[in-house]
Amino acid sequence: MARVIKYIFYDILRTRFILFYTFFLCISTFALFQLDSDSGKVVLSLLNIVLMVVPLVSVVFTTIHFFNSYEFIELMLAQPINRRVIFLGEYFAVAFSLCIAYLLGIGVPVLLFGANQSALTLLFTGVVLTLVFVSLAFLSSVLTRDKAKAIGIALLFWFYFSLIYDGLLLWVVYNFSDYPLEKVTLTLIAFNPVDLARIIMLLQLDISALMGYTGAFYQQFFGSYAGMLFSTSILFLWIILPLWVALRIFSRKDL
Amino acid sequence: MISLQNICKRFGKLQVLDHVSLDLLAGKSYALIGPNGSGKTTLIKSILGMVIPTSGEIVVDGKSIYNDWKYREKIGYMPQIGRYPDNMRIGQLIDMMKNVRQGYTKTDEELIDAFKLFKMYDKPLHTLSGGTRQKVSAALAFLFNAPILILDEPTAGLDPVSVEILKEKILHDKRLGKLIIISSHILSDLDELTTDVVYIFEGKVQYNNTIEALKEETGETRLGKAIAMLIRQKELLASVTD
Repeated sequence: MARVIKYIFYDILRTRFILFYTFFLCISTFALFQLDSDSGKVVLSLLNIVLMVVPLVSVVFTTIHFFNSYEFIELMLAQPINRRVIFLGEYFAVAFSLCIAYLLGIGVPVLLFGANQSALTLLFTGVVLTLVFVSLAFLSSVLTRDKAKAIGIALLFWFYFSLIYDGLLLWVVYNFSDYPLEKVTLTLIAFNPVDLARIIMLLQLDISALMGYTGAFYQQFFGSYAGMLFSTSILFLWIILPLWVALRIFSRKDL
Repeated sequence: MISLQNICKRFGKLQVLDHVSLDLLAGKSYALIGPNGSGKTTLIKSILGMVIPTSGEIVVDGKSIYNDWKYREKIGYMPQIGRYPDNMRIGQLIDMMKNVRQGYTKTDEELIDAFKLFKMYDKPLHTLSGGTRQKVSAALAFLFNAPILILDEPTAGLDPVSVEILKEKILHDKRLGKLIIISSHILSDLDELTTDVVYIFEGKVQYNNTIEALKEETGETRLGKAIAMLIRQKELLASVTD
């Protein structure tokens, strides 16, 4: 597996996209630190970037990479190599390079300007979100043979979780506001990895009251640490489940 | 050595392989013949595990290939259209192939030398012409001394000198007792290289016997004519039964 990962990794580095991504994150973090001296506020602004940009870059880059390495996959399939090894090799190489780019891009400036616990939590949630959306992008890549369609499905995932889902949730809360909705909202939030990441951050920043009723309830229901543990484990499910489904489809796919 | 048992493959509504049963034995070389779209490449790809049959079983060396991958050690494969990672160079590609097959010390680099590929080691793969691509594919197929060679239209696009080099190499390996499967439309090449004919039409094996027997049956001396005769006979038979 290590040999396969090595070659995919070289291939990713050669496209230079990862470098641009790192550079972009680095510049924005530096800029935010220049604008504001309060690191708590900076982390909050960074959170908004992380919640929108990281998933978007992860899904688009992963799908494009998968279809560009179709030749490599075909070539490897004629060799005595397990299909699972090829697929997981692709996953690990892509996920690893995106995570490293994120950690360098955000982590280095944050460490320079003084890291506190909330900044470290931000790094952690960003990495987890990257892994989640790389999994989802792999799933959309194996669902179809058409590159454009796969990118479409991947973008739909991003749209849905970043924008549409929140609207739906709001609609539910608004329309059924006569009923006790605490547990329902709690359950509904678990179905959206972006919301989970947001909640981990907000619990850490201790401004969950800003999130209104749900946030306050969340804090009260779990307390900071249990809440974080709960959201993190659900997030890990979000990484593993799509990847597992994608792996199953890929092992039976005709190439 | 390779045995296909009742292989069926559908792509949606299209039945590409229809109850194909074949036994391919070591020491023989098979010509896989059939019109375009008759299922030759699908058959080859299912032996390699790249296409998974809808039903039926493929056995290589006494073991089913379903969910297995180790058996591919024994196969050298030359694809019809060699598609390689664009931003690699020929040298890097060959190194990579050696690298991913662990524990291989005795490689067969005869074709790399004969095609003078080492002179082009620095050429990126996306700049290669169709013929050079074929040469790379051929060199990779023979690289690991595999006892089974599957060549999908090996001579298409090659210049006459390279065709002769490749044919020489195939004959040499055939004498070593390897199992060779060649799919091609150039029947004069197959006449020299192969001992048996497998004729596939619309996903079914229509004929499977030695070339000698085919020539005798049809009363022709050249394989091309014999095949044409065979097809005509089959058509005649079909029109009568219809």
